[in-house]
Amino acid sequence: MPEMTMIEAIRQAMDEEMARDENVFIVGEDVGLRGGVFRATQGLIDKYGPERVIDSPLAELSIVGIGVGAALYGMHPICEIQFADFIYPAMNQIVNEAAKMCYRSNGDWTVPMVIRAPYGGGIGGGLYHSQSLEAFFTHVPGLKVVIPSNPYDARGLLKSAVRDPNPVLFFEPKKGYRLIRGEVPDDEYTVPIGPAKVTREGSDLTVFAYGMMHYYALQAAEQVASEGIDVEVVDLRTLYPVDRETILNSVKKTSKALIVHEDNLTGGYGAEIAATIADGAFTYLDAPIKRLCGPDVPAVPFSHPLQDWFMPGVEKIADEIRALNRF
Amino acid sequence: MPTQVIMPQLGESVVEGTVTRWLKQEGEPVEEFESLLEVNTDKVDTEIPAPAGGTLLKILAQEGETIKAGTVIAWIGSPGEAIPGQPEPGEAEGERAPEAGEPGAGKSAEAPGDVPARAAPQGDGGAVQTAGRSRELGFISPIVARLAQEHNINLAQVTGTGEGGRITKKDVLAYLEQTAAQQPVSEAVQPAPWETPGEGDLFRPTEMIFGEQKAAPAREEKPPQPEVAARPGVTKPEVKPAAEVFSMPGEGQLVPLSNIRRRIAEHMVISKRTSPHVTTVMEADLHRMLAHFEANKDSFSRDGARLTYTAYFVAAAVQALRAYPIVNSSWTDEGILIHNKINIGLAVSLGEEGLIVPVLKGADGLSLIGLARAIQDLANRARSRKLQAEDVQGGTFTITNHGISGSLFATPIINQPQCAILGVGAVQKRVIVVQDAAGADAIAIRPMVYLSLTFDHRILDGASADGFLAKVVDVLEHWE
Amino acid sequence: MELSADLKREMFWMMLLSRRLDERAWALHRQGKIAFHISGIGHEAAQVGAAFALKRGYDWVAPYYRDLALMLSLGMTPREFIMGLMGKREEPTSGGRQMPSHFGLRRANVVSHSSPVATQTVHAAGIALAIKMRKDDRVVLTTIGEGSTSQGEWYEAVNWAAIHQLPVVFMVQNNQYAISVPARKQMAVKSAADKACGLGLPGFQVDGNDLYQVYERFCEAVELARSGGGPTLIETLVYRITPHSSDDDDRTYRSREEVEMNKRNDPLLRARSEIEREGVLSASEIAEMEDRALEMVNDAVRYAEQAPYPSVEEGAYPVYAEQIRQKEASHA
Repeated sequence: MPEMTMIEAIRQAMDEEMARDENVFIVGEDVGLRGGVFRATQGLIDKYGPERVIDSPLAELSIVGIGVGAALYGMHPICEIQFADFIYPAMNQIVNEAAKMCYRSNGDWTVPMVIRAPYGGGIGGGLYHSQSLEAFFTHVPGLKVVIPSNPYDARGLLKSAVRDPNPVLFFEPKKGYRLIRGEVPDDEYTVPIGPAKVTREGSDLTVFAYGMMHYYALQAAEQVASEGIDVEVVDLRTLYPVDRETILNSVKKTSKALIVHEDNLTGGYGAEIAATIADGAFTYLDAPIKRLCGPDVPAVPFSHPLQDWFMPGVEKIADEIRALNRF
Repeated sequence: MPTQVIMPQLGESVVEGTVTRWLKQEGEPVEEFESLLEVNTDKVDTEIPAPAGGTLLKILAQEGETIKAGTVIAWIGSPGEAIPGQPEPGEAEGERAPEAGEPGAGKSAEAPGDVPARAAPQGDGGAVQTAGRSRELGFISPIVARLAQEHNINLAQVTGTGEGGRITKKDVLAYLEQTAAQQPVSEAVQPAPWETPGEGDLFRPTEMIFGEQKAAPAREEKPPQPEVAARPGVTKPEVKPAAEVFSMPGEGQLVPLSNIRRRIAEHMVISKRTSPHVTTVMEADLHRMLAHFEANKDSFSRDGARLTYTAYFVAAAVQALRAYPIVNSSWTDEGILIHNKINIGLAVSLGEEGLIVPVLKGADGLSLIGLARAIQDLANRARSRKLQAEDVQGGTFTITNHGISGSLFATPIINQPQCAILGVGAVQKRVIVVQDAAGADAIAIRPMVYLSLTFDHRILDGASADGFLAKVVDVLEHWE
Repeated sequence: MELSADLKREMFWMMLLSRRLDERAWALHRQGKIAFHISGIGHEAAQVGAAFALKRGYDWVAPYYRDLALMLSLGMTPREFIMGLMGKREEPTSGGRQMPSHFGLRRANVVSHSSPVATQTVHAAGIALAIKMRKDDRVVLTTIGEGSTSQGEWYEAVNWAAIHQLPVVFMVQNNQYAISVPARKQMAVKSAADKACGLGLPGFQVDGNDLYQVYERFCEAVELARSGGGPTLIETLVYRITPHSSDDDDRTYRSREEVEMNKRNDPLLRARSEIEREGVLSASEIAEMEDRALEMVNDAVRYAEQAPYPSVEEGAYPVYAEQIRQKEASHA
């Protein structure tokens, strides 16, 4: 089975969907000739031409808005926002237009589009190339929010996202683009949008994570296994809609929950998971629901020691696991 | 140096008190002897005077909290003065070992001197144990409460390995495994109803009733007051691994324990464990005493004293104690402490609420009418709950009138730290053999009473105990 | 450009119907029967002229909230409009989910729009992009007020259209006021059409009260777009005779004299006098039209008043496409 990096898996997914359906096209800054600043779309303009791999003006709002219009007409655009940090000009189009179109037209008009953006820190990007934005969008009915943590899921989920008749936000953990390698089968498959996945079974406590944090959580779980702590790890994958069933089943089994995300703690996505657990599994809890998150400062600072202070990582996750296990 | 305010010992058998109301707030000035707070025990309600003048710097015990005697509950000093570190309320600083309770009115439950730990995995769990903070068990998490309920687990049996000794889910699961392994018979099958271990408080191990903290150190310090003998203290009975299963005869109705009931139970058990109890019984012919009673009761009444049989028995006991001072004593490890005063405790029933034993102080200094008056006063105040702390303290000998309910003789339980207790049975006309003037045997009908003396066999032997009792009989039979 | 008499009659009828319907909406509001109305009185010539330049039902439209005459020209019925005012279940733009006049009509290729202004212009550019990608020969018309040309959204839309030569016609209905803000505070140029050269597409200003001039200008632009010639920006200069909406009190920012003066340019009056002068319609024919319009308006109100509200369960969907339900046939 071939092994590939996450960025390769993402590129392959787009390639396959473009080939499968001529209504699929890509629009974004530098996606064409440059192949994307992360090379996510490298080679695609050669295959599909500049009409389907469109270099847009430097205007995130219209990257998304044009996508909305095209989707209304029946196309399946993949809109790339170069860094998630720059998505804010497009909020109006994402939240007020794309998310609400189906509901406000009573189903007459739908917006089958993907908005993909690299997110997350740990790559020396500072405040404006490291942000995690999922919390803004996991609060908007009408959107779907997907974050893969490995190449297999990245390919399968992106394909599902392209085929989904709804607007899907696809956040890619940029630190993992080349860092995370994994086996990706040749054959055609999709990973369904919606269900979370138990990636490591355990009995002492559950770690809920996504993106890079899931990658680190698995490592932390391995580390503490030698200390006799048996950790269950759940990769949330689809953040919105929330897969409450998988989450609650795991907590009912282990009775202890640790949620890890690099986004700021307060009002972050973990709060929703914690509330879900407190609501649905209260009588199964053996400890308070814990969250390990980025600190409540505006974003990831640039300087290395500051970045390390901000970012959760394997050691911090392992320490939190130990503390939770001790309780 | 700021001054400690200590929860006082409001009665020998009282080990704790409940703060009902602070009369001063933090920061308020207070004078020495001024009333500082109101305290309630199962016997008395009283106000505590301030031990010093100054400002009430800090209140450590909140209203409604029950504090062990000897615990610091507040500090008085100059404003802004620093308060030294002190133990939390609930931890005793020189806590006294609980004393034996009131003697049983009648036949007390025969319990062997060495009470086995009733460590059966009795169903106690769910209905009683809820999630939250428990003084005895620490924080009970939702899953632990749920498991305890589902599996009928007595959480006092589970060792906690979580932080601070918390019982964790794993601990409960391990306990389940362990007990399942030890009782292969029961397994997952529910025993037939008549074999179900008893539920409810009746079979709770002593440490649950007495509120022993698993993690807390054993309380074995000697009490500060010299009059009272040291006790070995309440040691947590050993939890025997092979638990005995006591079968209940079927289902019944659970009557919740009142504080008084708990305390009486506690005292009875401790007393039995402390002293080797032996009871000796004699009978007394009361015809002379009754004649005296009939002849004098009206005149006593005119003098404002209600004469009862009790006065006679107290008088007789006093004379006997004078003759046999060894009975008016308390055991200490250093020696048998023979008390200077003779203070007679009189067990008074409070109906369903239990017993109280007001003490007639200096009984040896009172005439019969004086005794009658004192007894009447104590009885009234006991029944109307107006006893003061000192009314229930300082007894050296106790009399219990179990005959009121028809009991002939009994084996009363010693009122610690006394040496003996005299039980007075029912006065009953019986046929006895007497000697007539000629010295020949004759049958007579006499008002008879059995006197049951339970004594502490550490202090007394049968001979001395019998000598004492014989003296009591003698006084009663020859009343002029 | 020579217009046939039939076309002229049809266009006049649309203007008349729109006006009478619009006036009835104001009356309903003053009667307390509807909560909100945003009016297009004064815009009829501009909207009808632009609409008729399209292949109606074939081309796509991304309108805004004042486009009553435009929507009627595209096939929306008076019943549907009044039901929209009342939030009835059968109203086609949203099934009662949106405020009134947030137009959308699937069968006429009119895309649903929202309240934040100018967003529809980016959609129009996106639709036009898709049309071009599919190599269809459709054209997109998108309309806004002059205030919305201040939105970044609009600039990005026009920019895209100009870069990629998209088949879209940008209509700006300049009625001089964005609620209370006059046009001179909205832009530094005299006309929104002047912005066109900065963005790289042709721009024109026309007298929005002149039905035929509007129609001609739009025919040219639509033809240009359809033939691959790219976008055009047309500003139709009109006057907003009414306040911004039923929630607005225009006495706070403009004089009655100004309003009265501009009423003399009323496009309906102009169209009527012209069509009578040309002999295309007689006074009695016009009177018949008025009767017919009144009848249709009355019917629409009666129908809408009796039409059912959406059931409460319907509030929960369709959030996602998977939740779309089959609609019953409309009788409107």
